[in-house]
Amino acid sequence: MKVFSAPAIHVFLKDSHSEIRTRYALNALLMFVVTALALVLFSVGNDVVGTDVLSGILWVIIFFSGMSGLSRTFVSEEERGTTATLQLIARPTSVLLGKLFFNFVLILSLNVLVAVLYIVMINRFVILTPSIFWATIFLGSCALASSSTIIAAIIAKANTKGTLYPVLSFPIMLPLLLTVMNATRLATEGAAFSEALGEFQILVSYTVVVVTISILLFGFVWKD
Amino acid sequence: MKSTTAKIGLVLWLTLVICAAILFPMVPAPEKWYEFPIIPGLEEKARIIFFHVPMAWTTVVAFVAAMIYGIRFLMTKNLDYDLRSVSAAGLGTMFCILATVTGSLWAKFNWGSFWNWDPRETSIFVLLLIYGAYFALRSAVDVEEKRATLSAVYAIIAGVTVPFFIFVMPRIMTGLHPGSKGDPQGAGPVVQFKMAPNMLLVFFASLLGFTLLYFWLFNLKVRSSRLELQQQSQE
Repeated sequence: MKVFSAPAIHVFLKDSHSEIRTRYALNALLMFVVTALALVLFSVGNDVVGTDVLSGILWVIIFFSGMSGLSRTFVSEEERGTTATLQLIARPTSVLLGKLFFNFVLILSLNVLVAVLYIVMINRFVILTPSIFWATIFLGSCALASSSTIIAAIIAKANTKGTLYPVLSFPIMLPLLLTVMNATRLATEGAAFSEALGEFQILVSYTVVVVTISILLFGFVWKD
Repeated sequence: MKSTTAKIGLVLWLTLVICAAILFPMVPAPEKWYEFPIIPGLEEKARIIFFHVPMAWTTVVAFVAAMIYGIRFLMTKNLDYDLRSVSAAGLGTMFCILATVTGSLWAKFNWGSFWNWDPRETSIFVLLLIYGAYFALRSAVDVEEKRATLSAVYAIIAGVTVPFFIFVMPRIMTGLHPGSKGDPQGAGPVVQFKMAPNMLLVFFASLLGFTLLYFWLFNLKVRSSRLELQQQSQE
C-alpha cells in the first residue's frame, strides 16, 4: 500500500508547490468567485428571491468557477511540456490519484469560500440545517473533483483545450448537480438530516463509480 | 440471398406494425382482437407509443453499442471498432433527435407546451448533449488513434454516469409521461407499461422492428464508412 500511495502523494505535493508558487488557479478562481457573486448581488438587488433559486445559483457559481481552475490540472502539464517526465517517473494510477486529491483540495477550499461568502452576502439565503449543508459541500466537492479530473485528462489531449471542458463535463455532472441543488434546498428548508440521506447516497456512489472507472481508463488517456 | 430475405422480411414486418399501429380502431369496449381500448385523456394520441418509445429505446441501444465498441477498441486497439463505435453513435444521434422531435410535438398537443422538463424529457436531452459532446470531442482531435481512444473513454464515462438519473429524477420531480401518474416509481426515466395485451403485442413488435432496423442501418453505415476509408487511403 505504501509503494502504491507514496508517488501519488508526491504528485499531489508537486502540484501544491507549483500552485503556491504561481497561484495561477487560486487567483483565477478567487477572481471568478468574487465577480460571479457581485453579478448575482447586482442582479438580485432588493428583489425577493426564493431559496430554491438561490441554492441553484450557488451551485451554478461553483460549477463555472470550478471549470476555470479544475480543467487546468492536466493542461498545465501539457503546456509546460512536463507530461513525458511524469509518465516516466510515476505510474498512471499514482498520477491520477495525486491529481484527483489536488483537485479535491482545490475545489473543497473554493466551495467553503463560496459558501461562506454566499451566506454572508446574501441575506435571504439562510441555512436552517447546517449539517446537511456542509455535508453537501463536502460530498459535492468529492463528486465534482472525481468527474472533473478525468475530463481534464481527456481535454488535455484534445486540440481545443479551454472550450471543450464545459461541453464534456456538463452532461456527466448533471445528475450530481441536480442532487446537490436538491440537498441545498433541503438545508434551507430546515429538513431533518435523515431526509437528505438519499442525496448523500447518490453523491457517495457517484464518486465511487467515477473514481473507479477513472482508475480503469486513465492509463489509455495518459499514455500516448 | 439470405440477407435479402431478411431485409424483405423486416420491411414486411415494419409495414404490418405501422399499419396495425395506425389503422386498428380505438373503441371504448374492445371485443375483437384488433380493437384497442381507449385510454382516457390520451385517446388517439396514445398511438405515438408505437413509434416514439421504440425510437427512444433505439437511442439507448445505439449508445450501449457505441460504448461496447469503445471498450473493444480500448482492448484491441483495432481502429475498425472505433469506426463501428462512431457509426453507432451517429445513428443514435439521429434516433435521439427523432425521439425528441416527435415527443415534443406530441407534448404540445397533450400537455400544452413543447417542452416541460419532465424526467424523461430531461433524460433524452442529456443523451442528446452526450452525443453532441462525443462528436465535439472527436472533431477536436486530429490523430486517429488518439481520437478513437479519447472518445471511447468519454463514451464509457458517460455510460456509467447516466444511469444515476434513474435515482436522481424521482427525488426531484414528478413525471408527466403516461405510465408515471400516481406511482412514485414512474417518475424515473424508465417507463413502466400497463397496456391492453393486443397493444402490448404491437408495441413489442414495433420495438423489435425498430431494433432490427437500427442494426440494418448500422451495418450499412459501417460498410460505407469502410469504403470511404479505403478510397481515402488510395488517393
